[in-house]
Amino acid sequence: MVPTSYYLILSAIIFTIGAVGVLSRRNALIIIMCVEMMLNSVNLTLIAFARQWDNLNGQIFVFLVMAVAAAEVAVGLAILIAHFGISKSTNIDDVNVMKW
Amino acid sequence: MSFEMIFFILVGALSVATAVGVVTSRVAVHSALFLLVHFATLAILYVTLNAQFLAAAQIIVYAGGIVILILFVIMLIGSAPLETRAGYRSWVPYAGVALGILMLAGMALTILQMPPTELNPEANQGGVPIVLGIELYSQNILLVELAAVLLLVALLGALLLARQPKNEESPISNFQSS
Repeated sequence: MVPTSYYLILSAIIFTIGAVGVLSRRNALIIIMCVEMMLNSVNLTLIAFARQWDNLNGQIFVFLVMAVAAAEVAVGLAILIAHFGISKSTNIDDVNVMKW
Repeated sequence: MSFEMIFFILVGALSVATAVGVVTSRVAVHSALFLLVHFATLAILYVTLNAQFLAAAQIIVYAGGIVILILFVIMLIGSAPLETRAGYRSWVPYAGVALGILMLAGMALTILQMPPTELNPEANQGGVPIVLGIELYSQNILLVELAAVLLLVALLGALLLARQPKNEESPISNFQSS
């Protein structure tokens, strides 16, 4: 069987790619996609550890993480559309309406 | 090199390649499609990790829900390529990649110090729905209720944010008329 550390390394790689994407890209939609990728990498870690310790709590945690991610994407995209109506731009640098 | 290892390496390489594709695509729709394949590869990995219900949930929730939502928003908002801003931004991707490699090295050093433990091939009884359901609804019923409240709040929040006042044009019709 594939050792757990292999899955953890893969999860770390995906998390790093997602983090670099969040920090480097300016399009708000790409940033949301990279945040989802980071959440998925954590899901992979939790399920790998659930298998290693033969404990279902890891999988239940993943269940909750999926629910949170779905809710967060829905609200985040609604915010993005509402902001796009004002500024007509998806550039994250333009989300500065509260800046004084 | 057992078959499981080769399979894991192939699926893992596809997962990393599509992740890189999400981050580096110039067109937003391409990023969304790369993300779709990335979620599918993760669902495959969940099946190998004795989490069969979560693999199905991953396809339904992420690939079939979140990516569709993102594609709808790309359709409504449009994916005009952003022109580059001031020149000081040009070093940001390289700094991001360098810091990312640093973070990955730190994680890898910690992970590789893990002692190997023996794995039960029937761990979690395969993660089939009945086992997860028994665990979820007997020990963790509070989490189910909290997830329900969270989804309700998110639904109401999204409805409120997307509400269009009666006498104003919606932001979508504003975009299409310009």
